[in-house]
Amino acid sequence: MQSSTVEDPKLALNYHKELKNEGTHGEHPDHRMLGVIVFLVAESMIFLGLFGAFLIYRSMMPVWPPEGTPELELLIPGINSIILISSSFVMHKGQSAIQKNDVPGLQLWFAITAAMGAIFLLGQLYEYSHAEFGLTLNVFTSCFYVLTGFHGLHVTLGLLLILAVLWRSRQPEHYSENSHFGVEAAELYWHFVDVVWVILFVLVYLL
Amino acid sequence: MSTATETKENPVSQNGHGSSHKQRKWQDYFTFSTDHKVIGIQYLVTSFFFYFIGGFLAEIVRTELATPDPDLVQPEMYNQMFTMHGTIMLFLWIIPAGAAFANYLIPLMIGAEDMAFPRLNAVAFWMIPVGGVLLISSFFVGAPQAGWTSYPPLSLMSGKWGEEIWIMSLLILGTSSILGALNFGITILTMRIPEMDLNSMPLFCWSMLATSALVLIGTPVLAAALILLSFDLIAGTSFFNPVGGGDPIIYQHMFWFYSHPAVYIMVMPFFGVISEVIPVHARKPIFGYRAIAYSSLAIAFLGLIVWAHHMFTSGTPGWLRMFFMATTMLIAVPTGIKIFSWCATIWGGKIELNSAMLFGIGFISSFLIGGLSGVMVAAVPFDIHVHDTYFIVAHFHYVLFGGSVFALFAGLYHWFGKMTGRMLNETWGRIHFALTFIGFNMTFLPMHQLGLLGMNRRIALYDPQFQSLNQVCTIGSYILAVSTLPLVINVLWSLIKGKKAGRNPWRALTLEWQTTSPPAIENFESEPVLWAGPYEYGIDSENEDEEDVEDMLTEVSAQS
Repeated sequence: MQSSTVEDPKLALNYHKELKNEGTHGEHPDHRMLGVIVFLVAESMIFLGLFGAFLIYRSMMPVWPPEGTPELELLIPGINSIILISSSFVMHKGQSAIQKNDVPGLQLWFAITAAMGAIFLLGQLYEYSHAEFGLTLNVFTSCFYVLTGFHGLHVTLGLLLILAVLWRSRQPEHYSENSHFGVEAAELYWHFVDVVWVILFVLVYLL
Repeated sequence: MSTATETKENPVSQNGHGSSHKQRKWQDYFTFSTDHKVIGIQYLVTSFFFYFIGGFLAEIVRTELATPDPDLVQPEMYNQMFTMHGTIMLFLWIIPAGAAFANYLIPLMIGAEDMAFPRLNAVAFWMIPVGGVLLISSFFVGAPQAGWTSYPPLSLMSGKWGEEIWIMSLLILGTSSILGALNFGITILTMRIPEMDLNSMPLFCWSMLATSALVLIGTPVLAAALILLSFDLIAGTSFFNPVGGGDPIIYQHMFWFYSHPAVYIMVMPFFGVISEVIPVHARKPIFGYRAIAYSSLAIAFLGLIVWAHHMFTSGTPGWLRMFFMATTMLIAVPTGIKIFSWCATIWGGKIELNSAMLFGIGFISSFLIGGLSGVMVAAVPFDIHVHDTYFIVAHFHYVLFGGSVFALFAGLYHWFGKMTGRMLNETWGRIHFALTFIGFNMTFLPMHQLGLLGMNRRIALYDPQFQSLNQVCTIGSYILAVSTLPLVINVLWSLIKGKKAGRNPWRALTLEWQTTSPPAIENFESEPVLWAGPYEYGIDSENEDEEDVEDMLTEVSAQS
C-alpha cells in the first residue's frame, strides 16, 4: 500500500488508466457515477421544494392563474419540449457510440444534442422577450419566471457539460469503451434536466 | 505522457494525496489539501474560531439582558447580535464541527486511505471560510435582524443588504454541507475494508450515514426557500410578501422542512461520538448496537415529517397540528432508545471518570433535559403557551449546547491524542468540564422558568420582575465564557508539552487506534485488521463465561 511512486500521480484526467496499474496507492473502485446520482437526488430536492411551493400557491388561490394574467403561449414551449425530450434520445446514441469505441459517432451525436439544447435556450429567451407579463405582476408570473429560469440555468450547465465532453474528446483516447465517465455523467445530468422539464411543463403550462 | 513530465517538474502539487512518502508540512493546513485528516483539522479549527465569535456575540446579548432596559446596545443592534449569534453557532460552529469529526474519523474507522472524493472534500471545506467571512462582513452594511429563521415579512423589511448577504452565505454553507454529506455517505457505503459489513461499523458511521441522508434531502429545500426569499428581497416579487398576494407561511414550511431535520443534522453526529466515547471509558460493550444504529435511521426518517411543530401558532389547521404533534412525540422513542442504551452501557462498567467520560455523562444528562422539554413543547396546548418565550430558548440550548457541544468536547478529549499525537491534560480538562457544566446549567436552567412566566425571546426590553433570574443567566454565561480559557490553555500547552499518546492510549478497539498517532499520511502503514467488533470490551476471557454459566446452574439447582 505504501509502495507508491512519484511517477504515478493520481490526476482526474488519467484516473481510469491508473486503476489498471497495480501497486499504486489510494486506488479504489470508481464511485464517481454514484456521486453524480446522489448529487442529482439533492438537486431534485431543490426542484421538489420549488414545485411544492408552486402547488401550494395554486391550491390556495381562488382563481389560478390569478385574474389579469395573460394566457401563456403554448406553441413555442411545446416545440421546445419536443426538442428537449428528443435530445435525450439523440444523446443516448452518443453514449452507445462510445461503447463501441466510436469517438466520431460520440462527437456527432453530442454536437447535435448541444445544438438542440441551444435551440431550447434560444426558444426560452424568445418566449421571455415576447411574454406580455413581467416577473412581479403576480405570484403566478413570479413562479413562471423563477421555475423556468432556474430550469434554464440547469440546461445551460448541461450544455456546458456537453461542450466540455466534446472538447475533451478531441484528445485521442480520452474516452474509450471502458472509460467514459464524463460522457455518462453529462448524459445522466441531461436526462435529469429533461425529466424536470416534463414535470415543469405539465405543472406550469398545462394544468 | 505530458502528465508525467508535469509531475516531475512539480512533484509537490498533488500534496497530501499523491505523496504518501512525504512528511506532513505545516503549510498543508493552510492550503487546498486533499488529505481527510488535514481537512478534518481545518474544519475543527475553523469551527472553533467561529465558536469564539458566536460566543462573544452571546455575551453581548446576555450583558444587555442583565438589565430590563436596552442600555448596552440599541435594539436594532441587539437584533443583529442574536441573529448573528444564532446563525454563526448553527451553521459555522456545530455543523462544521460535526463535519470535522466525520472527516477525520470516517476513513480511519472503516480502514480506508481517504474519502471517496478527496478533492470535493477540500472544496466543501473551503466554502466554510468563504461563507463565514461573507456572513460576518454583513456587519459593514448592517447585519440581518430577522433572527436565524429569517421569517418574512420581517426579513423583507429590515436591512435589505444585510439580509441578502445572509442568504448568500447560507447558500454557500448549504452547498458545502451537501457536498460533504455526499462524500460521507458514499465513503461509508463503499470504502469499508472488506471484512467490515454494515453491522460491524462503528456507530459513529451509522450516525453519519443518517445525518448525510438528512442533509441531502433537507438542505436543497432550504436553498429553494432562500432563492425565493432572495427574489422577494431584490427583485420585488411577492412569494412570501402578503402585500403582493404572497404567503409567509409557505416560507415557514420550506424553512422548517430543512431546519427541523437540521436539528438532527447538528446533534446526530454527536450521538455517534458519544456511542464511541462511552464504551471505551466504561470498558463495556455498547448496549444494543443495532438498536442504536437503526434508531439513527428512525430519527432521520421521523425528523423529515415533524417540521410543522414549529408552526403551531402560525394558523396551522387542527388536524395538521395533531399529525405533527404525534410524529414529534414519536421521535422521543428512538431518542429514548439511545439514552437508555448509553445508560445501560455505563451501568456496571469499569468507569474511568476522565474528561472525555465526564463530558459524555454531562451530555447524557443535559440532553435528557432538552429531550424531555422537547416532548413538552411538542404538545400543542403547551406549545401555544410557551411559543417564542425563553422556554424555547432553554429547550434548544439544552439540546444543542447540552447535547452537541458537550459531546463535541467529549470527542475532543477522546481523539485529541489521535489527532495530534499528544494527550490533553486531565486536570485542565476537569476544570474545563466543571466550569462548562456549572456555567451551562446556570445560564439555561433559569430560562425555563422565565419562559413559563412569559418572558419573550428576541426582545431587548423586558419586564423588571424578570431581572433577578436574568442576572443569574448572565452570570452563568460569564462562567461559560471563562470556561473556554482552560480549554484554550490546555490545547496550546498539550500541543507542545502534552504526554505522548502512542497508538492506543485508551485501549480502544475501533480501527483508528490501530495506526500511529497522528496517523501516517495515508492512514495505515499496514492493512488494518478487523480482529474484534468495535465494542467488544471486557469479554476477552472465555473461561470466565463458562464459570459464570456453571455458577448460575448451581445456584438454580440449589434454589429448586
